[in-house]
Amino acid sequence: MTEMNDNLIVFDNVSKFYGEILGVNRVNLKISAGITSLVGPNGSGKTTLMNLMTGLLQPTRGKMSVLGISPNNPEQLFRKVGYCSQFDSFPRGATGRELIRSYLTVHGYSKTEANELTHKALERVNLLEAADRKVAGYSKGMRQKARLAQSIAHNPRVLVLDEPLNGLDPMARAEAINLFRSLAKEGLHLIISSHILHEVDMMSDSVILVSNGYVIAEGNIHGVREEIEERPAEIMIRCEFPTKLASKVFAMDSVVEARLHKDQKGLFVKTKDADKFYLMFNKLVIENDWGIESVAPADDDLNAVYQYLIGSEGEGKGR
Amino acid sequence: MSSTALETVKTEVENESSNFSLWLHQIRAILKLEVKKNLFSLRSILIYLLALLPVIICAMIAIVVFLTSTAGGDPRWREEFSQVMATTFTFIYNALILRTVVFFGCAWIFMNLFRGEIVDRSLHYYFLCPVRREVLVAGKYLSGMIAAIIIFSLTTIVSLFFLYLAGYPSSLNYLIHGVGLRHAGIYVGITILACVGYGAFFLLVGLLFRNPILPALILYGWEWINFLLPPLLKKVSVVHYLHSLNPVPMDEGPFAVLAEPTPAWISIPSLLLMSVIVIALGCWKIRRAEISYSGE
Repeated sequence: MTEMNDNLIVFDNVSKFYGEILGVNRVNLKISAGITSLVGPNGSGKTTLMNLMTGLLQPTRGKMSVLGISPNNPEQLFRKVGYCSQFDSFPRGATGRELIRSYLTVHGYSKTEANELTHKALERVNLLEAADRKVAGYSKGMRQKARLAQSIAHNPRVLVLDEPLNGLDPMARAEAINLFRSLAKEGLHLIISSHILHEVDMMSDSVILVSNGYVIAEGNIHGVREEIEERPAEIMIRCEFPTKLASKVFAMDSVVEARLHKDQKGLFVKTKDADKFYLMFNKLVIENDWGIESVAPADDDLNAVYQYLIGSEGEGKGR
Repeated sequence: MSSTALETVKTEVENESSNFSLWLHQIRAILKLEVKKNLFSLRSILIYLLALLPVIICAMIAIVVFLTSTAGGDPRWREEFSQVMATTFTFIYNALILRTVVFFGCAWIFMNLFRGEIVDRSLHYYFLCPVRREVLVAGKYLSGMIAAIIIFSLTTIVSLFFLYLAGYPSSLNYLIHGVGLRHAGIYVGITILACVGYGAFFLLVGLLFRNPILPALILYGWEWINFLLPPLLKKVSVVHYLHSLNPVPMDEGPFAVLAEPTPAWISIPSLLLMSVIVIALGCWKIRRAEISYSGE
């Protein structure tokens, strides 16, 4: 069991209360390598989960381990973990380079090693040009990059990133996402919290949806969507004769709604049983010899899942 | 012992020694960051102003005495003058330097070691490093000690020097060739011990209380009424042990409850032991510390 957990981040029935206020409750998770996104509205418990796994908070109940190490053992934990927190403050007077280098020396690296690692980290986040300027004079995006550089400088195996895309311009966002992907390819665990759903959707291998301190869904986003049975699956069919198709599919038991696309070249179908629908639909197409351009699920992205599970709380945050 | 068991013991010893050298390296790195912060940050301006206070007072006394004295050549006057200056300095040292400047200076330096980082919201940088929290406490405490000892030892020496300057040149002779230099060494020693004791206390206070001013004022009051306390209660204070080391006995007034001064061989280890216990409590507290800036 322990050997298995040596490559996982494990939450075992973890609860955290701030006095009488609930932070998170009864969280059970096993997170493997790759990009895992924590998604949920503000105050849902995402940062609490991150602070718990990095030992900045102590759980009220339950246990956690990160690659088999307890968060109460910072000496070992932070050899393997980097945390890019949301705390937007820096030691006074430090330049970007000094900030990273000085904390690497606290890690135990020699001056030469610290210099090399600092340079590599700054290069990776594209902050070399501003490295010798005071952090106090950095823009929000540059401060975010400095934090990111600090968290990756010691080559951790687990990277915890709290809203890492905040304050970054579109170019820097794309660079950051590419960096996360390449780190995930290297076999790292990346735990990312974000409310920019389409970006999370693009880069995540799996998601954890959090609401009011509870984990309400976790896993691959398509898998999560499939589990939401009370919401009919929405499918978009692109073809030349959507009206004809609409009349036929509407007759199927499993279909609850069929609606033409605005451009009259497509059809939205809502079905209670997607598997059954696909089977019947294939038959229908072969029998009528219709040319179908594409068939694709229209609501198994993170935004739809978020709306279904968390509802109006998340509206407006998706983009 | 079998060779495997021997190997295991050897590995454990090697691990312990490499851990120890890592901790030393980490303490050095923390010291480098913190001493700079303690001595050269904006926060330290207040300490320098406080430390200048007795220097200015002693310098003013020296100027007034120098300008008003007319019997400088009388050898009897010279001897009396040195005695008066020794008593005056003991009073200034105990009332102003020790009980006020060193006390509040240490309060400011040591309470800010952790509390200041919480207020600045930068403590997480240390908490996110692979460093034992006890090592962090040791590094920060030592950095506070270095800053406090440098500043307050200088205050003690310069104040003493200015006061004796009033009887120049004969008083300087007393200072250098008489018991003056030995007294100066003892005062610096007391100052260092005060930094050790008060430093440990204020480091713990900074960890335990969101607003450490009130506990600091309570201790200040307790230290001031020490002369009124019965002998047993006197021992529960820092100043009692420090007073016992004074080179020149100080008259504590008509209401003072007299008690035998504690000998140096008891007072110094007692103070050090007390500081170690308080620091250990600080380590225990920091191991359980959480980062929750919003609640501060």
